[in-house]
This record gives sequence, C-alpha cells and structure tokens, in this order.
Amino acid sequence: MGVCMEIFLISLLVLLAATLLTGLLAIISVLAPQSGAGRLANVLGPLGAAAGAVLGLAAVHSGQWSSVLSLSLPWGLPLGSCTLGLDALSRLFLLPVFGLGLVCALSGSLSLRHTPPQEHNLGAHWFFYLLLLLGMTLVISARDTVLFILAWEVMSLAPFFLIDFNDGDSKVRDASWVYLVAAHLGAVALIAFFALFWHCTGTTSLELLQSGDGLRSASPMLRDTLFILALIGFGAKAGLAPLHVWLPEAHPAAPSHVSALLSGAMINAGLYGVLRSLSLLNAPGGMVSSPEWWGWCLLLLGLGTGLMGILKALAQSNLKRMLAYSSVENMGLMFMGVGIGLVGESINNPWMVMLGFAGALMHMLNHAGFKGLLFLCAGEVLHATGTVRMDQLGGLQKRMPLVGCAFALGAASIACLPPLSGFAGEFVLVVSMLQAPSLPGLERQITLLLTLGGLALISGLAAALYAKAYGVTFLGEPRTAFAANPHAPAWQTVWPLALPALTCITGGLLAAWVFSLASYTAAQATPMPYELLAQSQDAILSMQHSLGAIGKTGAVFLGLILLLALLRRGLLARHGMRREPTWGCGFQAPSPRIQYTDAAFSEPLACIFAPVMGLKRSDRGGRGLFAGRASLHLAAPDRLRSGLFTPLFEMVLRFCNACKILQHGKIHLYILYIIITLVSLLIWGLSA
Amino acid sequence: MSQVNPFLIQLVLALLLAPLLPGIINRVKAKFAGRRGKPLLQTYYDLARLAGKGEVISHTATWVFTAGPVAGLAACICALALLPQGGAISPFAFGGDFLLAAYLLGMGRFALILSALDTGSSFEGMGASREAAFSALAEPALFLVLLVLVSRSMSPTASASSAPGLSFSALLDGQTALAWKDGRAELLLVPAVFFILLLVENCRIPVDDPNTHLELTMIHEVMVLDHSGPSLAMILYGAALKLWFFAALIAALLLPPLPLWQHAVASLGLIFGLAVLVGVVESIMARLRLLLIPRLLAGATTLAALALILTQVR
Repeated sequence: MGVCMEIFLISLLVLLAATLLTGLLAIISVLAPQSGAGRLANVLGPLGAAAGAVLGLAAVHSGQWSSVLSLSLPWGLPLGSCTLGLDALSRLFLLPVFGLGLVCALSGSLSLRHTPPQEHNLGAHWFFYLLLLLGMTLVISARDTVLFILAWEVMSLAPFFLIDFNDGDSKVRDASWVYLVAAHLGAVALIAFFALFWHCTGTTSLELLQSGDGLRSASPMLRDTLFILALIGFGAKAGLAPLHVWLPEAHPAAPSHVSALLSGAMINAGLYGVLRSLSLLNAPGGMVSSPEWWGWCLLLLGLGTGLMGILKALAQSNLKRMLAYSSVENMGLMFMGVGIGLVGESINNPWMVMLGFAGALMHMLNHAGFKGLLFLCAGEVLHATGTVRMDQLGGLQKRMPLVGCAFALGAASIACLPPLSGFAGEFVLVVSMLQAPSLPGLERQITLLLTLGGLALISGLAAALYAKAYGVTFLGEPRTAFAANPHAPAWQTVWPLALPALTCITGGLLAAWVFSLASYTAAQATPMPYELLAQSQDAILSMQHSLGAIGKTGAVFLGLILLLALLRRGLLARHGMRREPTWGCGFQAPSPRIQYTDAAFSEPLACIFAPVMGLKRSDRGGRGLFAGRASLHLAAPDRLRSGLFTPLFEMVLRFCNACKILQHGKIHLYILYIIITLVSLLIWGLSA
Repeated sequence: MSQVNPFLIQLVLALLLAPLLPGIINRVKAKFAGRRGKPLLQTYYDLARLAGKGEVISHTATWVFTAGPVAGLAACICALALLPQGGAISPFAFGGDFLLAAYLLGMGRFALILSALDTGSSFEGMGASREAAFSALAEPALFLVLLVLVSRSMSPTASASSAPGLSFSALLDGQTALAWKDGRAELLLVPAVFFILLLVENCRIPVDDPNTHLELTMIHEVMVLDHSGPSLAMILYGAALKLWFFAALIAALLLPPLPLWQHAVASLGLIFGLAVLVGVVESIMARLRLLLIPRLLAGATTLAALALILTQVR
C-alpha cells in the first residue's frame, strides 16, 4: 500500500467525519432551532468537504498515474468485500469529483451564509452534500460489485434531498420525485447487470472480473444482454436520450452549487460505469473484443442525444434548464467518443480507438470545468436578481462584472471556441472521426462521415446557444427592475469561481498535457488489443503535436487581440471616445423592452427545427383593427417525457389499479386465496 | 536576409491586398449598373479615414462591445496564417489545422454577435440572431466539404506531400485540380459549395445585402450599426480578410501544382477573378427572401454530402 492509498484513505475519513458531524448538527438544529447549529454546519460542512477534496486531489496526484493500487478493509456482509482501488480511470474521474466538490462547497457555503436557520436545515443540507461526495468517491474507487451498488445507491439517494432544498415549492418537490424515480429505474438495470455477472462468474471482485476470463466463454447473447443492461443503467445516470428526462427537471430545481456538482461530476459516473463495464465485458489484451454494433449503437445514440439536447436547450428561457439540456448534449458528445473508440477497436483502427476514448475522457474533464462554472454563475445571477429567466434579465455585465466575465469565459469555452478548453476536446473527437475514409466498407465510411456532419451542426448550434445565453442575460439593457438593481456580489463571495475559470483557459492552452493524461488513461482503461495499443503511439504523438500547435496558435491569438486592443487605444488617444445613447434608427422612445429576447433570438432556428424543439405557443388577442390586450406564452415541454414516459407510467398506474380487485378487505375471500394456492401447490408437487 | 520565406511574403501581400476585393466587387457592380462607381481603392480610403477618427459608444455598451471587432480581426488574421498562400506551405501547418481555422472564424463571429447584443438595440439583436442561426446551419456544409478534401487526400492514390498530414496545406496541394482531368467530376462540386459558403459567410447577395443598413432583412451590416472609428475600421478590414480567406481557399483548390512564382501569380489572378464573379452574381441576382436562406444552406449541405458520397464510392 503506497502513500497514495494512505492519503486517499485519510481523505475518505475526513469526509466521513464531516458527514457524521453535520448529521449531528442537523439533529441538534431540529431539536433546538435557535441554537445556531445550522450556522456552524454551514462552516464545518464545507470546510470538511474542502479538506477532504484537497486531500483527495493530493492522493490522485501522488504516485504514478498509471499505477494500479488497491486496499481491502474488513467487511461485515456475507457477500462481497470492501475493496477500494485507484487506477488511471479512477484517478481521472476523481479529478472532477474532488475539484468541483471543493469549488461547490466553498461557493455553496458563501451563498447560503445568510439563510435563516428556521427556513432550511443547513446541517441536513451539508450532511447530504458530504454523503454525495463520499458516494461518488466510493463509486469510482470501488473494486467490488456489492460495494459499488451500495455506493451507487448512496450517490443516487443523496441528491434527492439536495434537490429538495427549497421544498416549499411544489415544482421543486415534483422535480426531486422525477429524479428519484429515474435514479431507481436505472439502479434496477444495474442490479440486474451485476447479479447476472455474479451468476456467470461467481465472483464479486471487479479486479478478478477484469483480469479473469469469466466471460471469455460466455455466449454472445449473454454479453449483449449485459451490454444493454449497462447501457440502460448507466445511461439513465448520464442522461442519454430518452432517459435524460430527469436532468432538465432536477438541475433547475436544485441550489446552484448542487446543480454544478451534479452536472459536472455526478452524471460522469454514468460514463465511468459504461467504460468500466466495457472493460469487464471484454477480456484483457483484446482476446475477446466487443461486437461492432455496440460501438455504432453508442455513436448514434450519442449523436441523437447531442442533437436533441442542443435543440431543446435552444428552446429554453430558464438559464439553468438550458444548462441542464446542454449537459445532456455534452454527455452525447462523450458517448460518441466512446462509440468511435469501440468501432475502431472492432475494425482494428488504432487512431479511432485511442483518439475516440481519449477525446471522450478529455471532453469529460473540460465539461466538468465549464459546466461547473456556468452553473455557479447562474446561481450568482439567481442570488442577485431572484430569477434565472433570461427574458427578464439583461445588462448584468455592467452590474455584476466579475460574474459576467466568468460566464463569458465559460460560454466561449463550452461553445467550443479556440483557444479555450472546449475546443481542444472537440478537436480530438473530430480528428478521431477523420479516419472515416479509410474504414473498410462503404456503409461504415459514409455513416461516420455523415455523423461528423451532425457533430458540426451540434457545435454550430452550441455557439448560437451560448451567444444567446450570455448576450441576453448579461448584455444590453436590463429588462426588469430587479435586473436593473441586482445585489451585485463582491469578489469575496465569487472567488471560488476562479478555479473552474482557470481550467477553461489552461485546458485550451495546455491541451497537449491534458491529452497525455487522457491518453494514458485510455490506454490503460480500455480493453485495447496489445498490437493496437502499440500502433496507437503514432496517433498519440501526432495529436500531441497538433494540440501543442493549437496551444501556441491560441497564445498568438490572445497576443494579437492584446496588440490590436493597444493599437485601437493608440488610435483613439487623439480623438477620444464619446458616450451617446444607442442609435435607434430614428426611433424616439426606445425602451429595454424593444430588445431581442431569448425566444426572439432563437426564433429562426425554432422555425427550422420545430419538430424537435417542440415549442408550444399560445397567443391571445392583439388582432383586428383596434387590437386590445395581447399575450404570448411560449413553453418547451419535453416531448419524450409527455409522449413516452407519462403514458408509460399511467399505464403502470392503471395496471396497479386493476390489480386492486384482488385486495378488497373481505377475509373469507382471502382465506379462499390461501386454499387455492395450497391446492395448486399440492397438485404441482404431486405431478412433479 | 538572403532567403526570404515565400509564405511570409505572400501572407503580407494578402494582408495588404485584401481591402482591394470589396473595391473590385463594387466596381463590377457599378459597371453592370452603368455607373462609374467608387474608386478601386475606396476601402483603403475608408480604413484610413476611420482609423483617424474618434469613437462614439453607446451608454449601454461594456468592454464586450469594444472587444468584438478586435477579437474578430485577430481571428481572421490567425485563420489566414494557417492557409497555404499561393502554393507556399504554411509554416504553422499541423494535422487538423483546417478545423482550427474554421473554429477561429467561428470565434470571430461569436465575438461580433456578442458585441452586437451589447448595444441593446433591437436592430442589432435581429442581425445577431440571424447571423447565429445561418452560421450554425452553414457549419455542416463547411465540414462536409472539407471532408471531401480529407477523403481525397487519404485515398491510396494521393501523392505524399511535404506538408503535415491532414493539414490545410496537404489538403490544398493541387491534386484536386489534377483529379478532374482524370474524370473525377464530383470534385467539381467542392469549389461550387465553397463559393456558396463564401457568399454566406461574407454576407453577400443572395444571402445578405452589404449595401443597405436599414432594411429589416439585413444580417451583417445591421450588426455593426453602432460601431464607429477604429472599431469599424477593424470590422471592415476583418471582413475583407475573411473574403480573401475564402477566395484564396477556392483558388488553391482550382490550381494544379505549378512552380512557386507562377502559382503565386495565378493564385492572385484567381482571387481577383473570384471577386469579379461575386460582383457579377450580385449584379444579376436579387437577394433571397430570408425564409429561403436555410434552403440554400440545406442545398449546399446536400451538394457537399453528395460530393462526399461520390468520392467515397470511387
């Protein structure tokens, strides 16, 4: 056991101690609401989370990145063992967990510090926050299936209580129920997945499963079943369409620091699960590789999820709901990367394997950075103005300059614009798909090439989406009084945002370094045949060179911007600058209401993509020569939710109601049931 | 200084000559209309005049408003430096640099959209919205047509060039023009799609009308209504560079491999010829109705996809 595992264990213990402490404070503040225990919890809880996260980051960084470590602890249950481990894949996925865990704890503590203790039990809030952090850490470091499922349950349950923070609002309660149902439907598939695994191999240890040959002799049918179960279970967590319906409900309802952690770190657990189960399903060294349709399935599902997510995001006017749909889109991109990797593996293309997997991992890291940043900024906007509806905001850049700059950085980054981090990840994904013309078989080539066209559309739409989000929320004139007079946060409350903002810049300029991390991880974690692994070195070297060149070009670009800005300043030195009202083309009475709103901004795209975006429009009045009062209402309900899941659950409800005939409260009939059962068992026993 | 890099000379030449293109287009349009027209060097005069002026900035505007033109121009210069100039391979070339160039142009567009929204004017919001929508729709066409070049350069018969694999310089090595002679007519769709993209990205007729500011159907011109002085000069210059970027791209596609100086001269001739062609198109066509523009873009995407499929089938 290296020093690395020791630090990791200490970090877990710190998190556990903080969890217990905040749990205690939660009980105290229920018993004695005036005792100030909530205030104390709001200091101790985040401190514990921050200390645990910093120790965790130290553990992840200490020792060799690719070394495989594990540690067994005593375990009281008859099945499974308490084995924790760290390998490259776990380390990479722990980075966003600890990084965002730290940032969100600090930011959350600062934003909750004026919460009245009689309204919210802060002890309970931080208890569940720490529990979520602990759960995610355990999921990613678990080396035993039973421990994995337990940790998964902890990780899935804790957000229910976190989302339900503002439980006075019926929409919030509704959202947390949707979340709980989705999380548990996913868990059902996972329990079936691991039970089937245990049944086939007889072991619960992930290490044995990974190195052993338990499934080498398994039938293709069984492996396909396992793959589909994993896809449903983990895909529900990751928000893969059509299982994404919980995301746009849960993220806007949760407090922003929780949304940031859920969106930047927790949904990654779905991707982690898929990658881990792929390495379980395929024997090491490529002895048994995955069938090709798995790769195509992930690729096309990812593309569909991405397109659906970005178009639905364009239709939203609630900033946080839009960010949630955008998370769905980004998970789609990551799954596309995994799909490319799998396709490349089955047709022996080293470039596609390496760049596909590494691109997905890199985009995961980058996404954690900018999505965390954007959610925290949205939280500051909500805190300052009381709303996140874009059509009621505007002009916040002037009034909240720090938050505005942070949001601009995050928006440019997630819109995949060079020289920021989002572009680097997408670049790797696109280059992995450029191998398409050399694939065997015309149908493969053309599918992959057209998929790349779809990816281009996604990135074009993402740029439009984030131009709208930043432009309408932060630029122009404030559209309402509360946007005009926000409680602008001082730098003392927004400083935690500096860390994710920094990752947006470094992730772009030092992309070659991030890529080398991701490619080591991909090489170790994915079931790549050895000869492919050897061949993929060219791909790694070439990509590192390209990303290095992108970093340099990015630096030149920034330098050029600076130079031109200085030139402009020099030119203006003589004649100076005057401030006048915006030119209204002769209109004499402009008001903030004549500005373009978010719905107006995306109207051209909404016309074209109407079937997917599903805008519901109801306008009343305003017709005729002497038009009276008029109103226009736009909404973008999730069609998959209303068209697929609502009828499905109503069917289940009807079935359950139909079953109620059996339960009527008449005892003599119940006795009849028992007799019928006994007699039929008797007949069955006799005949057998 | 015994050996001056031919690429750098041509890059400087491109930076110097780019404002000539709008002048040529206007001259051609004037000839068609029977007017004498503005001087050929009008854009230079405009740039010089604007650079010597002060700026009037809206009360509403923030730093984003002033950063937009600066970032837009910087992005155009960087993208142009990645393109091979008149047959000379770019020293900055690397594998996948065409993606960086495409996204850099996107970055410039993003900055200008934000700077339009920063004024709080409904006109500029309108332009920004349309620019965002149409450029998002143009993206698949651009990618697919670039993929045709990738697919052509990756075919086993393609000759090895000295430029790094899958870079702009490798894609535009002149082999496309040679391939036509072998009867690969589907590659003729590539410059056609690029020409449509040139018209779309540079806001020319039939997509946008660069001459009228105040009509509600305008896109690009209405976005820069509030810019003045050096900022407006940067926007004008950036637009000229973007036009040069697309024209040089098409010229490099059309030219077969030639000795360096012949190639450079032929390339300049083609670029100016394309400007004349844009002028002719603008003179003989009316602007499309706004609702038809997505169809034009969908048509370009379809042509690009067709070219791609035909290239793959070969």
